[in-house]
Amino acid sequence: MTELAVAVPEPIVGRSLWGNAWARLKRNRAAMFSLYYLAFIAIISVFGPMVVPHDYTTIYGDYVRTPPSLSAYPRPDMLQTALTDAIKRMRVDIKEWHQDGSRVIVTVTSKKPVDDRNIRYLDRSDAFDDTKIESKSPDGLEVTMSSAIKQQYFLFGTDNTGRDLLSRTLMAGRISLAIGLLAGVVAGVIGVIYGATSGFAGGRVDEVMMRIVDVLYSLPFIFFVIMLVVFFGRNFVLMFLAVGAVLWLDMARIVRGQALSIRRQEYVQAAEAMGVGYRGILVRHVIPNLLGPVVIYMTLLVPQVIILESFLSFLGLGVQEPMTSWGVLISVGAKNIGYANWLLLFPAFFLVSTLFALNFVGDGLRDALDPKDR
Amino acid sequence: MLRYVFRRLLTAIPTLFVIVTVAFFLIRVAPGGPFNQERGLSPEIRANLEAQFGLDDPLWLQYVHYLGNLLRGSFGPSYNLPDFTVTELFAKGLPISVQIGTSALVLALLLGSILGTIAALNQNKIADYSVIALATAGSTIPTFVTAPVIQLVFGLSWKLLPIGGWGDGALINKVGPVLTLALPQIAIVARLMRGSMIESLRSHHIRTARALGLSDWSVVVKHALRGAVLPIVSFTGPAAAALLTGSIIVETIFSIPGVGRYFVDAALNRDYTLVMGTVVVIALFTIVFNLIVDLLYAVVDPRVRYD
Repeated sequence: MTELAVAVPEPIVGRSLWGNAWARLKRNRAAMFSLYYLAFIAIISVFGPMVVPHDYTTIYGDYVRTPPSLSAYPRPDMLQTALTDAIKRMRVDIKEWHQDGSRVIVTVTSKKPVDDRNIRYLDRSDAFDDTKIESKSPDGLEVTMSSAIKQQYFLFGTDNTGRDLLSRTLMAGRISLAIGLLAGVVAGVIGVIYGATSGFAGGRVDEVMMRIVDVLYSLPFIFFVIMLVVFFGRNFVLMFLAVGAVLWLDMARIVRGQALSIRRQEYVQAAEAMGVGYRGILVRHVIPNLLGPVVIYMTLLVPQVIILESFLSFLGLGVQEPMTSWGVLISVGAKNIGYANWLLLFPAFFLVSTLFALNFVGDGLRDALDPKDR
Repeated sequence: MLRYVFRRLLTAIPTLFVIVTVAFFLIRVAPGGPFNQERGLSPEIRANLEAQFGLDDPLWLQYVHYLGNLLRGSFGPSYNLPDFTVTELFAKGLPISVQIGTSALVLALLLGSILGTIAALNQNKIADYSVIALATAGSTIPTFVTAPVIQLVFGLSWKLLPIGGWGDGALINKVGPVLTLALPQIAIVARLMRGSMIESLRSHHIRTARALGLSDWSVVVKHALRGAVLPIVSFTGPAAAALLTGSIIVETIFSIPGVGRYFVDAALNRDYTLVMGTVVVIALFTIVFNLIVDLLYAVVDPRVRYD
């Protein structure tokens, strides 16, 4: 017997809805770029605050409202001021100082013997570190100290109280993105469950459930949100769970509409005729077809929540200091545009670019998942 | 037609009643009261104040009193601005908010329609893509970013506009707020107009008009526009209600003494009467503008009739 099967052709693997959608999404350059950009923003927001040498709450009293710069602080012309400030606190007089590489050497005199513990005043300054006594005159009235110049970078500048804006912007990104996802998921889950129930139950139940949605719709949205702020006070996690619980109305309507139309499709009727159970139809036909619009709408919900959070924080009702979010930073920036415009520009850029990216991803997903547009 | 208007206004009464009731009890359930200040008042003074405003009555009685006053057209006194009644506060602030809102709405409708039409006529060309890009930007960037950026660029760097303030209604003071309010609306109108104009240009009567040799201008303005404007009419109702009742963001950033701040401030200070006043005013605006829009529909689209 000779081998009959010479070369079995590879079985053709059908592409699933999701495989197809992914292939289409990959061809959409704006959406893919936005996807990478979002991943980038998410990574720097989550890990950035651990990498940046400044903590987002640390106050540098000597560096209030320093403009953003790629070079290190203190600048040469700032040494004099920082030094005189520190020496003044020691209640001694400067005799002479000069810079020697990365250290400054300063000689001070006084009418009383200089206490060794005075060096801590230099260490306390934001500009100096690692202060040592180099030499002392025999009578103790003249002391030479040396101190390392603390090199610090403020790439985004500092704010009104001297906190590093870079670490604050990244920390704010963490909060804004987390809130967007949290409230978005809450709204999504409530909306899907409510909408699917209403769409499947149909009849009287559907009617009543949708009238409830209509009533909630007709109340001014901002009224709800402000009432939630009034009830939950300053606990922002609770508050945004509540905000998520308000934003589900659109999702419920979309899911209900989809569920109603899927139920009437021929393939569902065919499945029913073949005796497929309720559960089987739900798992095999309804849920996969619902997922598309749900995913698309979720990508639109997240920017909505981020804007809402920023809006509330802008009014001073959302995230509270020293915790921060993009809305808080923009609100501070808007009040200081006269003399520190970087306080507005950096956070605004982060917020707006993230919103753009989310929009492009949402649009891309809509194109990729729309079954009518093949 | 008149009967239709009358019927619509009648059906608005139960809606308004539900909104007033829900708002009244919601704000009362919230912890705190109008006289809970950080420095507490002595109990006697507080009791007197509450007695003066009838806050010591049982809640249902207060509700009945409030409804009664409302029917007689009185919103009551403001608790936190004791020299003013709520009506006086609105008489002062509402004209300002309405002025800015109307200007923004007119600007958005005009500019948005023109941009949308240009995009539709040049579909998939550079003009179209620029309008789409502008519309995306306009609807993505929130007003609390555009407002300070406008202040920064036009006010501080180029010194063309004042940074803020009402300036007794000087034209130059309105430019910034109106522009900020209008930008997102321009984006929405342009997008709506582009979509409906493309559809309208494809319809049979336009093909006929072209076949008859009418000029492009006449085809677009006289024939296509009428069909394309319907979605914009329905957009105008809720948009007008929202714009004319003041924007808290724009009025705060540009220091405009309108009614936009009333609601948030009143809710936070538990200024019950002012909260209720704002809710009623917003609801009235929404009802009236939705009615106007429905009537406009019949004017624009002769197929719609109210008999």
